[in-house]
Amino acid sequence: MNFILKAWRQKNGNDKGMFVAYSAHDISPDASFLEMLDVLNDELVKKGEEPIAFDHDCREGICGSCGLMINGRAHGPQRGIATCELRMRSFKDGSSIVVEPWRAAAFPVIKDLVVDRSSFDRIMEAGGFISVKTGGSPDANAIPIPKSISEEAMDAAACIGCGACVAACKNSSAMLFVGAKVSHLALLPQGRSERTERVEHMIAQMDEEGFGGCSNTYACEAECPKEISVVHIARLNREYLRAKLV
Amino acid sequence: MNKKTNLLNSSVGRKFLMGATGLFLCSFLVIHLSGNLLLFKNDGGIAFDAYSEFMATNLLIRTIEIGLFAGFLAHIIFGAWLWLDNRRARPQRYEINKASDSSTLASRTTFLTGSIVFIFLVVHLNTFFVPTRILGIELSMYDLVVEAFKNPVYDAFYVIAIALLGYHLRHGFQSAFQTFGIRGQKYLMLVNIVALIFWLIIPIGYISMPLYFLWAHLSGVN
Repeated sequence: MNFILKAWRQKNGNDKGMFVAYSAHDISPDASFLEMLDVLNDELVKKGEEPIAFDHDCREGICGSCGLMINGRAHGPQRGIATCELRMRSFKDGSSIVVEPWRAAAFPVIKDLVVDRSSFDRIMEAGGFISVKTGGSPDANAIPIPKSISEEAMDAAACIGCGACVAACKNSSAMLFVGAKVSHLALLPQGRSERTERVEHMIAQMDEEGFGGCSNTYACEAECPKEISVVHIARLNREYLRAKLV
Repeated sequence: MNKKTNLLNSSVGRKFLMGATGLFLCSFLVIHLSGNLLLFKNDGGIAFDAYSEFMATNLLIRTIEIGLFAGFLAHIIFGAWLWLDNRRARPQRYEINKASDSSTLASRTTFLTGSIVFIFLVVHLNTFFVPTRILGIELSMYDLVVEAFKNPVYDAFYVIAIALLGYHLRHGFQSAFQTFGIRGQKYLMLVNIVALIFWLIIPIGYISMPLYFLWAHLSGVN
């Protein structure tokens, strides 16, 4: 397959950046989007040009490193997958594809398609953990947790922190990310004891990082590669109001 | 590390205020409409004028009216504030953004629809509230309504603005419950049914007024 790729090129954070058109030849329909970029980059290197920088690691949809805005959709046109899981057969042969980095004040561009997502790390540092004393390992099932609760906590824990929710949101809001983290821990007895401080600190950090507010458009849920539900945003709101008002 | 902020300094807190004032203003829509239905009583405006007189002079109503103005102001100011904050969060736009694939138009345009409703509110107050309550001109509210609605351009603006208010509430009403954290299968259904009253039935009620009086004027009833 052949494609015309319109990719965002930006030398560094201070560079203005611009789109550059490339043609990608002889791409296997089974190639992932990242493999297509690899093929294109090989060609660029052979020609002595700077390859297109993009984030990637596991390439099996579990690490959350990759993330591109492809033809106006976070992680491309398919639902429930990360960019690395997107296959080139999802595109029409000969079509042109526009690739952009995540756009958010809280995710500044480092180079080309790579953005700095350390704002997510700082939100996690603010409260996305439980304080435990290390020691002998506790008995399994010492704390009974109903199946439905553990399932819902696991659904929230599926968040890989890729930032697609921020990228898809018109406000660049991180509410689905923070909602998933707060919800995951608030549902489980191990996380419940610190729920008040956690939600207050994480929301304060989220605001400080410059993420926008939630308009309940639910674009985040639609674009999340792990299909995390906005039910977790409702729980985040509830947790926050409880912390502030109760 | 102390990262605690007070409620209204946080984005979630401001959204909570938007939801609370929004629902309060929704309650006003019900009361305003139910009272104004007296316009349709075929008595030359006697009942409606009596009702207007009551609303203008009753101490309890006038006190609640202060709260109503505060509600409007808070909803408008915080709405504009959030909109500015949200714009700042994305300084650089996408070249291509297929937002319609992942969200509804109503949910993305509440600031725009709200702004038009705000313009409507100013015009509306200027027509009915300012002459009677502020300038204190002694006139029949019913005559004022009949006179204002004779103008088809004015009526068209009314119809469009109210329709946009309905569109605003199509997203806004149910959105408030999400912001309060009230979401679950049993609530979702109930909220969506009540939402239908607010974004469809009440706007139709309001729209019927200019249309009725325009029809009455054109057909020579009034």
